[in-house]
Amino acid sequence: MIFGMNLGPHTDFIVAAYAVAALVLVSMIGWVVLDHRAQKRQLAKLETQGVTRRSERPVEKLA
Amino acid sequence: MALIDYANPTRFLGFTERVLPWLIGLTALVFAAGLYLIQGAPDDYQQGATVKIMFLHVPSAWLSMFGWTVMSVAALGTLVWRHPLADVAAKAAAPIGAAFTFLCLVTGSLWGRPMWGTYWVWDARLTSVLVLFLMYLGVIALWHTVEEPSRAGRASAILTLVGAINIPIIKWSVDWWNTLHQPASVVKLGGPAIHPTILVPLMTMAVAFLLLFVTLHIAAMRNEILRRRVRTLMLMRAQAAPGSAS
Repeated sequence: MIFGMNLGPHTDFIVAAYAVAALVLVSMIGWVVLDHRAQKRQLAKLETQGVTRRSERPVEKLA
Repeated sequence: MALIDYANPTRFLGFTERVLPWLIGLTALVFAAGLYLIQGAPDDYQQGATVKIMFLHVPSAWLSMFGWTVMSVAALGTLVWRHPLADVAAKAAAPIGAAFTFLCLVTGSLWGRPMWGTYWVWDARLTSVLVLFLMYLGVIALWHTVEEPSRAGRASAILTLVGAINIPIIKWSVDWWNTLHQPASVVKLGGPAIHPTILVPLMTMAVAFLLLFVTLHIAAMRNEILRRRVRTLMLMRAQAAPGSAS
């Protein structure tokens, strides 16, 4: 009996399938979130070092 | 704003900031509804409670093929139209597609053991899905092997289009060959052969999985654009460093 459900003689297989699914889906979400943080951190680090894209630099006055 | 305007990575990043919170909320909502419906779904008259594995296995199987289809369309975008976001979309879809294919294989095995008496048989459906998983790993490896993103994009696009031949093989393998895997019971001529008490939770979970795929794909594309910006800035820094060749 799991969450009020009687899963019969194959409970182990059903629980294992849902456990693997939860693990895979949470891992994918974690990978995307952590990767986003890592890239933002890298960009911020480079910007503090003064390395910026041309489009993000202040417009220089023509001499 | 036309769809073509999102070809600009900066505009696409703005689009992701607006759309992702809604997609995350909607995905969580549909997943909650799907799990609630699964909890109330009856056992199948033949499979018993193991039918509950199908609520994970079938959507994963559909998305494993959907992932490669997305990559194939993106591959055309790279090779034919040279769309600036096409190889970003292809690269971002590969690990997500691989994860759903892995989930399809594992849940299928866990269903097969009590129902067929074996975790695995080398029949056409199972083997072609395993080939799909290996192709996903191959494309991911190729992306990591070639350092320059546009070169890696073109090479991966060619491999993806060659591998697309496997998608119709997976779909119709159960019709073309004598397989232990059962033929289609949802997407088939004459309509689904499943009772609504099982079909409704199944389709709800399919929508939840699709929403998750789309959410993760957009988020992974955003990450890839940021990664390329980091790479460009690091190259600029290296070129500006004293003693550099430029």
